[in-house]
This record gives sequence, C-alpha cells and structure tokens, in this order.
Amino acid sequence: MSAVPSLERLNTASSGNALELRGVSRLFGALAALSDVTLSVRPGERRAVLGSNGAGKTTLFNCVTGDFSPSSGVIRFFGEDVTTFPPHERIRRGLRRTYQISSLFAGLTVVDNVYLACRGVSRNRFSLRRPRRDDTLQHAAESLVDAVHLTAVKDRLVGELAYGQQRQLEIALALSGAPRFILFDEPAAGLSPTERQDLVQILTSLPAHIGYIIIEHDMDVALRVVESVTMMHNGRIFKEGRPGEIESDPEVQELYLGGGHG
Amino acid sequence: MALAEPRLAIATPRPREGLSEVIARQGTAFWIVAALLLVMPLLANPFWLVQILAYAMILGMIALSLMFLAGYGGIVSLIQMTVAAFAAYLVAIFGDSAITQISLKWPWWTAVPVAILLATVFGTLGGALSVRTEGIYTIMITLAIGSAFYYLTLQNYTIFNGFSGFNGVLPPAFLGIDWGSTVPFYYLTLGCAALAYAVVVYVSRAPFGLALQGTRDNPRRMAALGFDVVAHRIAAYAFAAVIAAFAGVLLVWYQRQVSPGTGGVGPVVDMLIIAVVGGLSRPIGPFIGALVYVLLRTFSLDLLDWVGFEGKRYQLLIGLGFLVIVLFSPDGLIGIWQRLRDRYRKSRETQAAQMRVGGGSP
Repeated sequence: MSAVPSLERLNTASSGNALELRGVSRLFGALAALSDVTLSVRPGERRAVLGSNGAGKTTLFNCVTGDFSPSSGVIRFFGEDVTTFPPHERIRRGLRRTYQISSLFAGLTVVDNVYLACRGVSRNRFSLRRPRRDDTLQHAAESLVDAVHLTAVKDRLVGELAYGQQRQLEIALALSGAPRFILFDEPAAGLSPTERQDLVQILTSLPAHIGYIIIEHDMDVALRVVESVTMMHNGRIFKEGRPGEIESDPEVQELYLGGGHG
Repeated sequence: MALAEPRLAIATPRPREGLSEVIARQGTAFWIVAALLLVMPLLANPFWLVQILAYAMILGMIALSLMFLAGYGGIVSLIQMTVAAFAAYLVAIFGDSAITQISLKWPWWTAVPVAILLATVFGTLGGALSVRTEGIYTIMITLAIGSAFYYLTLQNYTIFNGFSGFNGVLPPAFLGIDWGSTVPFYYLTLGCAALAYAVVVYVSRAPFGLALQGTRDNPRRMAALGFDVVAHRIAAYAFAAVIAAFAGVLLVWYQRQVSPGTGGVGPVVDMLIIAVVGGLSRPIGPFIGALVYVLLRTFSLDLLDWVGFEGKRYQLLIGLGFLVIVLFSPDGLIGIWQRLRDRYRKSRETQAAQMRVGGGSP
C-alpha cells in the first residue's frame, strides 16, 4: 500500500475533507469556464468564493452539484468520488445548493415548497398515500419555515411573496433534511440592508457541523460569515486566505474591488 | 405547440382526511352530476346509456391517463391509446373470441389481470424510451411507437390476426350478472371511471403527484432537492398506463371486437383532442371532452344532413370545434366553466357589496 506514497497520502488527506476538487476544468466550446481548479474545504468550514462576473464561480457550483459534469478532474464529497454522480445522488448524500435567481415552485405555498424539499431527501418519494396530519416531514417543514423567519406567510403561495422572502425560502430549501455542506449562490443579491442583517444572522446561526461555500458580491455580508476566502479570476483560483488578508491584498483590490475604492 | 405548456397552479398536498371531510368539501355541481349518473338507467334509453355515456366514460379514462401525464407531469404522451388497444388485444388473445385458433380461452379472471399487467409494462417501457425527450419530441416518439404497434397488428397474423383482428369478445358473466347487458355494463363502466377519477385526484396531492408537478414546473430544482426526475417520470408513465389498460379492457368489451383501427393514428390523435378540449388542468376535463366528442361523432352526421351538408363531413365539425375551443380557451371547456363561475361569483359579490353600502335591505 505504501509503495505509492504520494498518491496514498493524497487519498488519506482527501478523506478528511468535506469537499475536494482536483484539477477540475469545464470547457464550453473553446471557452474554459473553469481551468484546473483544485480546492479543498474541511467539514464545517465556511468559505467565500469571490471574483468578478465570468470568473467561473457559478460554473464551479454547477460542477459540484452535478448540473454540469466537469470536462476533466475529480470531485470528492466527504471522501467519496462523486464526479460522475447525477445531481440527486449528491443531494441525497448531504450536499445542498441555492440558486442565484430564485428557483422555487411559484404555484405552491411556502410550507409545501419546503415539504417537497424534505421529501426529496427522505424515503418514500414515490408514496401514493397522502401525508397524515402528524407527519414528521410536515413538522420538519414547518420548523424550517420558522428558522428562516417566514412563519407569518407560511400558507401563502410563493409567487405572491416579496423578493426578499423568496430569497429566504431558497435558503430554507437548502436546509431541508440533514445537510452536510451547502453552496450559497449570491444569497444577498437584491436584498435590502435589513434583509441582509437577517441573512447574516441566519448564516451565522447554522449548526457548526454544516460547512458552506458562499458566492457573494457584498463584501460586508461575505466577509462576516466566513473564515476563509478563495479568489477566482478567468476560471482559475489565484488566491486563498483569511478574510483580513484578502481584503488588504493589493492584487485583489486591483482586480476585484476595482480602482474606485482608491 | 401551446398545449405543451398548461400553466397550472399546483394543488396543495392535503393531509389525509376522513371520507366525511372529503364528502363535505364537494360542491353542488359534483352532487348533481353524481346523482344523475347513478339514476341514469331510470332516465335514459339503452342507446344513451351505452353508446353515449359508457363509451364517453371509457374514452374519458384513456384521456384521463393522458391528462395525468400532460397536466401534472408536463409530458404529452400519445402512447395512451396504444396501451389501451394493447390491453384490448390481450383480452381477446388470452380470453375468448370468435377467432378460436388464436384465443387461449383463459377465464376472464386470469386473462384480464394478465392483460392489464402486460399493457402496464408496455406503457412503462414506452415511457422509459421517450422520457428523456421533451415537448414536441415526446409527441413524435410516442406517436412513432403507436404507429409501429398499428402496423404490427395490421401485418402480424399469428398473434394479432392481421387486418380483421378479433371479434366476438364478450364481457364476462359472474356474480349471476351478465356484465355485457345494458345496465350492468353501464354501472361497471361508471364504477371504473369513478375509481380512476378518484385515484387521480387523490394521488395528485400525495407526495408522488406533488413531486410530479414539481418536475413539470422546475425539473432542475427537483433534482437539486434529491428527486430522480427521470425515475419519477417513468413511474408516472406506469401509473397512467394502469388507467389506460383498464379502459382498454372496457373498450374491447364495449366494442366486442378489436382490430388494428382501434389503435390507429386517428384514435391516438383523438385522445389528445379529447384531453385538450376538455381541459388538462383538472381530472374531470377529459371526461367532459370525451362526452362532447362522442356526442359530436354521433349526432353531427344527422345535424349536417339536416343543415344540408354532406353528412360524412362530421370530422370537419369536430376539427372546427377543436380549433374554436383551443383558440378561445387554451385550458379547454373546464377553463370556460371556471371563468364563467368566477365572473358570476364576482358579480354576486359586487352586488352584495353595493347592498351593504346602500344600507337597505330588500
């Protein structure tokens, strides 16, 4: 076993990570949306991925969830190679995501949206029997609605909700079942300052074992809810560090924060 | 094609409720229709009972299976008539018919379950073949399967007896009742249709139906919630095939024969017309569509003759009716009914409001 030391060490190291990407690339024709991305995130770690538009952040998420398969490279989720898994198999293993543009069921009520999410990661997805009143999933759905502060509108149709409430519901869907790792795609986009406060509170009060990656343009939100930052540019990772280091890095300021900040 | 996008609100999942609650929730229209259907043998002659109502309920069941797929799953499958025709053939092959050299003469209680089972397997396999396509491509591939089945039955003589098919397929007699005679056959059909309707209504709000509606509205999100969208859609095909297979058994008992024309391209497209004319948004729609279709088919010939046109042009009348309904109400006759009811309620509410403002009592 120890005859191949370097590779062996790699594998043991990878088993300790929640999420691990090795040399992941994704081509769209000649365009490399991701090139040779290598990244590892510990269980419970909270990380921001920053970068300008077109840096490959959302493509990275799509590769991790399986919406796109990577052109090359390996993706491990808690040590398991999930590179070729379809999205629902990864979700059932504890991966969750939210979408940059809310992706909800507009014709369903708030609590039913969450109920579907809870059902998706439980057994009996094909059940032909209607749930009983004391159904455990129904209770789980209601308490998740409560956790994202939507109890007041739980029986309203999602299509009638205010934008900020829909964003909160996105988060509730990602918290269904027993999530181990969540990908948040710009959860603060379009939110008012008060709603951002609410969001920060929801993110920081998540159970400690749930790690996440957050894509966020609002530095005030992003840097307050993470312990590490990955900077991306043109489909590549070009810097990783703590929030403070990244903020003061001259190269980052040049590329991302732009000249406008002085 | 506009019919591939019925915009529906998803039915909310109701917790399991007692029968009394279900009964209490039904409106007056439901009770009037239910009572009328139950006492119909006292009111109508045998022609109306069987040729119009029973036939409409059988076609309604096949169209209901299409409505389940199209309305809840967003899957426009033309395979449902073929599933019914296959079940009809199997009843004739395993059971008894005038073609004694082919029919195996199994008793009905063996032949019918085997026929339904095999037709369901057929419908599920057809679904598995077309499940990865969407919209017009689903229509194309299911139509191709239907055509292939039509030509198979037309050209194969060892099993399907080719062009002439099977005649003399009689409904069974059991419990001391000849189910082929008028009133028992009417009640048999009514029972099956009511059961199919109730099951579809129930399942649409069970986790399976709810998730199916989720895959219709947002398949990518459903996958991101842990649902296997492809498996869910195949299961929906299987569920719909069971309903179509039951209807196929009733169909062969109604016609007492089955031939390639039973599953020809004409009937296949007719099912789509029935479902769309009735309305894809609710399970009652296909039955209304089927009744209108049967009435048009039966009486348009006389009507056209009476007006002075060539009676054989009744298909033209059906086609025109289809065009008018789809143009003016994309959600079919059900949609017209709902709009009329909403308008009536609104005008009553404004009336009531005006009376309150006026302060006077009549």
